[in-house]
Amino acid sequence: MRSQRILLTDPTLRDGSHACSHQISVHQIRRYATAAEAAGVDYLEVGHGNGLGASSLQVGLSLVPEQEMLRAAKACLKATGLSVHVMPGFATAKREITNAMEIGVDLFRVGAHCTEADLTQCHISYVRNAGKEAWGVLMMTHMASKDVLLEESKKMESYGAQGIMLMDSAGAAVPDDIRQKIGLLADKLEVPVGFHAHNNLGLGVANSLAALEVGARILDGTARGFGAGAGNAPLELIVAAMRRLGYNCRADLYKVLDAGELAEEIFSENLPVSNSITIVSGLAGVFSGFAKPVQRAAKQMGVDPRDVFVELGKRKVVGGQEDLILEVANELAARQKQAGANQHP
Amino acid sequence: MSNRLKVAILGTGNIGTDLLIKVVRSRLLECRLFAGRNLASPGMLKANQLGVPVSAQSLQAIHDHRAELDLVFDATSAHDHLRHAPVLRELGLVAVDLTPAKVGKLCVPAVNLEACLEEPNVNMVSCGGQASIPIAFAIAQTNPQVEYIETISSIASRSAGPATRINLDEYLMTTEEGLQTFSRCPAVKAILNLNPAQPCVHMQTTVLAMLKEPNLPKTRMAVASVVKKIQRYVPGYQLILPPMIESNRLVVMVRVEGHGDYLPKYAGNLDIINCAAIAIAEAHAIKRGAA
Repeated sequence: MRSQRILLTDPTLRDGSHACSHQISVHQIRRYATAAEAAGVDYLEVGHGNGLGASSLQVGLSLVPEQEMLRAAKACLKATGLSVHVMPGFATAKREITNAMEIGVDLFRVGAHCTEADLTQCHISYVRNAGKEAWGVLMMTHMASKDVLLEESKKMESYGAQGIMLMDSAGAAVPDDIRQKIGLLADKLEVPVGFHAHNNLGLGVANSLAALEVGARILDGTARGFGAGAGNAPLELIVAAMRRLGYNCRADLYKVLDAGELAEEIFSENLPVSNSITIVSGLAGVFSGFAKPVQRAAKQMGVDPRDVFVELGKRKVVGGQEDLILEVANELAARQKQAGANQHP
Repeated sequence: MSNRLKVAILGTGNIGTDLLIKVVRSRLLECRLFAGRNLASPGMLKANQLGVPVSAQSLQAIHDHRAELDLVFDATSAHDHLRHAPVLRELGLVAVDLTPAKVGKLCVPAVNLEACLEEPNVNMVSCGGQASIPIAFAIAQTNPQVEYIETISSIASRSAGPATRINLDEYLMTTEEGLQTFSRCPAVKAILNLNPAQPCVHMQTTVLAMLKEPNLPKTRMAVASVVKKIQRYVPGYQLILPPMIESNRLVVMVRVEGHGDYLPKYAGNLDIINCAAIAIAEAHAIKRGAA
């Protein structure tokens, strides 16, 4: 098993978009993409944090239009493939996917909330019919049982997905969850299975290693963990741990470490950290990408951001429902005011 | 009774059946025909219970009953409506199209009901369009320099049938076209989220806008007034976040609780497009001097 090469996908320039409120510049893309190519990651994922077509007031406007981001990255890549994240409901096949194909995107990772795989049918088959590679991505996987995840990933496989990724988008999973879920999928699916971690509970690397243990053949990792919430599993730690445990990959450890150093330099102001907000977010099981907008809304409304996360968790919000943040913060503020008024009549 | 507007419903799925119950309740409309392809479908059984004539002959049944009809609701699919539209036109029947086919004029009753009454075919845009367009219109009317409008709808996973799920792109494109047509804003965007939470979430729609020097008091008044107008035909339409400025964006949020006719109350998305379709049909009835 260990002799089989593990594919490394690096969404630093996509998930990291969340960490800097979607302000990644062309200069940063060029520098990091060059480092990723040198490091030998199999795919580099680029774009808005929620993928193609997601630059919006709802989730946040990208500093750079997506076609420009993709072109800048493509120009720096040779052996490393260019990947994009696609969420039906944000991106359309005829507009965003077609544009990305023209720029030369190699891999389309089509994602949906973990119980909604059928939303990806059109987009996956559109990509496959155009002769490009498509993977299916199930997001917020802490919200579904392993059997549901198997059923949903089988749907994606039937639409033509050539790989299945489970994302722990909220950073809410513990290694045993991952062993059970990835283990079942790796056992039952024809296509390779992969895992994408978030580090809200400090378990990003541990969960990634648990995934490898039970047969995952693809791992996502970002330089210095540059990603939403408390960040992802840092690529440099994953590659180091894989070397320690005897797993093979195409990437070169020293060059991956160099890419980490570069990320620290160019993203220094926005590198993710673990703090009380990201921890509560992980416990509440809320999409990691909500971290920045929750902090903004909580500040404006004068409420505790941790309460906002707990309330969002109760409502079982999914990725893309950023508008609820404002509603919840507004409601908490009203409740707070009410309580204050009752105390001092 | 006899001077009610005589209507037929084509398509006996969730939308068609919910529409049927609304027509039966209306004092201005009378359902003369409920037509589809499968007499054993749950919708057909419901129509039988309600004593409404049914047929499995779909469009042919409309032909056969032409003399008894004034208006036809099409709740089939965009593909089918493209075929139905010329036939209905030739038969001289008003077509109210609930599919994303967009053959006829886009109709959002709170905004352009009057203008739609002369049209042989009107299109009801989309559920998110019915919820967001009146708000976008109110914003555009009170603020001259709207640069960008965006709408996000979140609906309960269980309220999205297979046709919706297989082609979210069609929904997004149709909603965007509606937003652009009514707001005349150069740049628009639509987003749709499906939320599987149990108990099911009610339909919720947010309108976000970027504009130079927003006039908040005037916008608030315009939105409040359009909301009242919508509530006349969609009783479950509620303003949950009146216009406010947050991070340089104008934000308005509404929630749509369904009437719970054929579909559960959380399915406000299906309720609102049907309520809008009933509103245009009833306006036709009033125009022809019914009731």
